[in-house]
Amino acid sequence: MTVRVTLELPSVLADVAGGRRTLAVEMDRPDPTVADLLDLVAGVHPHLVRRLRTESGQLRRHVNVYADGADVRGADGTATVLGQNAVVLVLPSVAGG
Amino acid sequence: MTQVMLAVGTKKGLFLGWSYDRDSWEWEGPHHSMAAVAAVAIDTRRSPVRLMAGGRNEHWGPAVFTSDDRGRSWAEEPGGSIAFPADAGADVEQIWQLQPGPESRPDEVWAGVEPSALFRSEDGGRTFELVRALWDHPHRPDWQPGAGGQCLHTVLPHPTDPERVMVAMSTGGVYVTEDAGATWNPSNGGVRIPFLPDQEAEYGQCVHKVVRDCEDPDLLMLQNHGGVYRSADGGKSWQEAHEGLPAIFGFGLTRTPGPEGAFFIFPLSADMSRFPVDGRAGIYRSVDGGRAWSDSSTGLPESGFHTIVLRDALTTDAADPAGIYLGTRSGEVWGSSDGGTSWNQLVSHLPDVLCVRAAVLS
Repeated sequence: MTVRVTLELPSVLADVAGGRRTLAVEMDRPDPTVADLLDLVAGVHPHLVRRLRTESGQLRRHVNVYADGADVRGADGTATVLGQNAVVLVLPSVAGG
Repeated sequence: MTQVMLAVGTKKGLFLGWSYDRDSWEWEGPHHSMAAVAAVAIDTRRSPVRLMAGGRNEHWGPAVFTSDDRGRSWAEEPGGSIAFPADAGADVEQIWQLQPGPESRPDEVWAGVEPSALFRSEDGGRTFELVRALWDHPHRPDWQPGAGGQCLHTVLPHPTDPERVMVAMSTGGVYVTEDAGATWNPSNGGVRIPFLPDQEAEYGQCVHKVVRDCEDPDLLMLQNHGGVYRSADGGKSWQEAHEGLPAIFGFGLTRTPGPEGAFFIFPLSADMSRFPVDGRAGIYRSVDGGRAWSDSSTGLPESGFHTIVLRDALTTDAADPAGIYLGTRSGEVWGSSDGGTSWNQLVSHLPDVLCVRAAVLS
């Protein structure tokens, strides 16, 4: 079964995503997760995914990821399962000075 | 015609300064906007010269960037230059030091990171590999973070013996390898630990910076968390070297090249009062290997100076006479083109200066 997911990015990350803010991703596996999505996108846009998660696979502290509007940190983190036609939104949190 | 390049890493990016006479400067930047550039290196061993910058964006994490065209364009490895292997169970938080190796190994570059670990590159700083023996050192669980984080901030390759490398970390202290990184031993004999009950412990010191003499590789100067020390035996033993200093706390330390070169240090009042002594921008020079220090601050602010110089924000170039440069947390860079006899402000209103490096380019 192919699960289609849309990854939406902030404009500041478009440069490392081939100039795009929206990526359409198809995953040929059952119950794909946020981690699966990032693994797949890393194969095409490694600079992008390195900005979203650490080398050990953790979401960076000031990166928020929402799956269909819900913060994945409030669910199963990067193990959150994505449904058909899910929209995954990446937003930088408020940080810095 | 020679040109001097200044690379100034700040809390919000890298700024580059260019000068033919070290009097008037042209500035550009920020490169890597919004990244805290805590490490920068100008690798003059290769042609063209390679610039390396290690920074951390608060959102997007740490990265190493390289430029072979003097900053006009930058390269970043797709998968990242520096990362812990999966079994290390750690993530790189910040790159604190980028240090080219000796002349005999033109592709070797060392990196010190937070959490305290050492990485080595064999491709001129594009990709790095963890130095396992130091990461697996039995002392590592005892190393604790200082106020700036648990960082390995100093890497000193030996100029003629590539098997010998010294590193320093906060906290943890000084460690040395004499077999190209296969084994590491603490090298803190005589350096006190003022914040622990056992002030003479073998390791655990909060060493802020170590600088190697350019002429005698066994002569080293060390700014400790409370104390300035010298070693004349490659770090096997350390002796206090305070004579002439107004205070023994601080971060910034450097050494100008050549037989007539000198050590320079920027003291701060104390651990619990991290300001220049009496609000004066005081820099001190030693021409005898740290046995005595004398004031060398002509031209620097005499009062109302309440900012500080961080550990890698005091540096030198290799011109004759040597240029000396200091950056402040208030975004100023000051320079001396006469070996420290007099100082002028080169630029102001930058973000907090974290590190400064200088090089003479042809």
